[in-house]
Amino acid sequence: MAVPVQKTDNVTSLPSPKASAKPAEIVTLPARKSEGNGKKVVDRLKGIAATTVPPLLVLGVLLLVWQISFARPGASLPAPSVIWAEAKDLILDPFFVMGPQDIGLGLRVLTSLERVAIGFGLAAVVGVLLGALVGQSIWATRGLDPIFQVLRTVPPLAWLPISLAAFRDANPSAIFVIFITAIWPIIINTAVGIRNIPQDYRNVAQVLRLNTFEFFFKIMVPSAAPYIFTGLRIGIGLSWLAIVAAEMLTGGVGIGFFIWDAWNSSKLSDIIVALLYIGVVGFALDRLVAAIGSLVTRGTSAS
Amino acid sequence: MHAYLKLDHIDKSFVRGGQTTEVLKDISLTIDQGEYVSIIGHSGCGKSTLLNLIAGLTQVTAGAVLLENREVNAPGPERAVVFQNHSLLPWLTVYENVKLAVDKVFSGKKSRTERHDWIMANLDLVQMAHARDKRPSEISGGMKQRVGIARALAMEPKILLLDEPFGALDALTRAHLQDSVMDIHARLKNTMIMITHDVDEAVLLSDRIVMMTNGPAARIGEVLAVDLPRPRKRLDLVSDSRYIAAREAVLRFLYERHRLVEAA
Repeated sequence: MAVPVQKTDNVTSLPSPKASAKPAEIVTLPARKSEGNGKKVVDRLKGIAATTVPPLLVLGVLLLVWQISFARPGASLPAPSVIWAEAKDLILDPFFVMGPQDIGLGLRVLTSLERVAIGFGLAAVVGVLLGALVGQSIWATRGLDPIFQVLRTVPPLAWLPISLAAFRDANPSAIFVIFITAIWPIIINTAVGIRNIPQDYRNVAQVLRLNTFEFFFKIMVPSAAPYIFTGLRIGIGLSWLAIVAAEMLTGGVGIGFFIWDAWNSSKLSDIIVALLYIGVVGFALDRLVAAIGSLVTRGTSAS
Repeated sequence: MHAYLKLDHIDKSFVRGGQTTEVLKDISLTIDQGEYVSIIGHSGCGKSTLLNLIAGLTQVTAGAVLLENREVNAPGPERAVVFQNHSLLPWLTVYENVKLAVDKVFSGKKSRTERHDWIMANLDLVQMAHARDKRPSEISGGMKQRVGIARALAMEPKILLLDEPFGALDALTRAHLQDSVMDIHARLKNTMIMITHDVDEAVLLSDRIVMMTNGPAARIGEVLAVDLPRPRKRLDLVSDSRYIAAREAVLRFLYERHRLVEAA
């Protein structure tokens, strides 16, 4: 009888350090509800502040350092105050249209995004299909994988001359560069995901006699979804890297060409504003794909 | 009475890296419709391989599996499998997991509402209708196995194959689920083949217990008919002399005549 007594001792002593955060909530809620809610709001604000104040502080310090270092006349790069003075309209109004070549950066970003959407969309569809083939068939792996491994190391812009020659037009060439840049991580991650489908799921599919089409949509894609989305996330990042470089060379109205054009007319302030736009949009794209991924794969991670 | 399922002189060997390993040797067994047969043996003796052969998930090297006098060599829903680790698809809800099977097996045979009723009937049978919208990650191990059983039963199989269905469960949940399976067997009178390494489980549930010798080249050592009336109550059986005798026979086989050699 000594053992159970010891056990209950352990049980009562164990949770107390863990639960130290919870009792406060449990005690305050029934006592005074309004105060509890007020405290909750304060807690939430504190949480938001904890994530937003440090980066804002660092940003402020960086801007200050930048301002001090480049404020003297004849400095090689413009200081933040100069950028604000010269490119205020670019920052404040992203969607103005003053003429065919004089439009807001928001509109330019949208043109670039359209190219990325087409190129990346094609890469996603083709990449997942090819990845499924490579992951499923040992012979496809043996035949295709070495080729993929060589081609994926080719830098995006190295494809541009050959695609210009093939398509004889700037826009499809830029889209092709996006496609060929984004497709490799999608293929490789999808293939890994397909190879990692547990044998149990394959057995279930076999017992049910699912055909290839049903197996692809009902077992393969959902099971490999976490891997597929890892590939898509890497792919969208690479696309965004590639589009700016490709547009510098192909021209048009994209954000990449804007930077090149600004460089040619020595508008350094405009370039820095454009860099900010590119960074923010790239960040947003990454988060968007990640969010879709976590929404789609919310069931698959745990079993 | 002709055999419902017949295993006819089955050999199974695996070839890996030029080396042939004999797993099963000359397995012959006939199982009648409605029978509950357990296959017991030490781990590594090939009992799961035998179940996979009946399921068609692996191919026989020699011999044949005959179901109603027709050879089976590919998997199919008429030989539904309850997998050891439940194998529910984690991205589908409980309902959708069963629906996947029902839609595939009964497409064109049952209307949409009939299929819905059939899914719910099977979930009711395993007492899991209350969790129809939960995902596998949100329910306990025993509940997952219940859903696995419901999915298998929903295929209306001629034979239900259970691969150590209670192996991963704690003792209390296991007992509870064993009772459920006995109840289902009594109600539906379907043919069941169960792999197990639990002597009590085998004696409690089975009409016959097939005891396998140790591998490599495992054979059927003995077949024991469990002569206990149904319905069986686990508490009544504890002191039943026939139960004790059956249990002893299996234990003697496993630990006296075919003790597992550690090197194997």
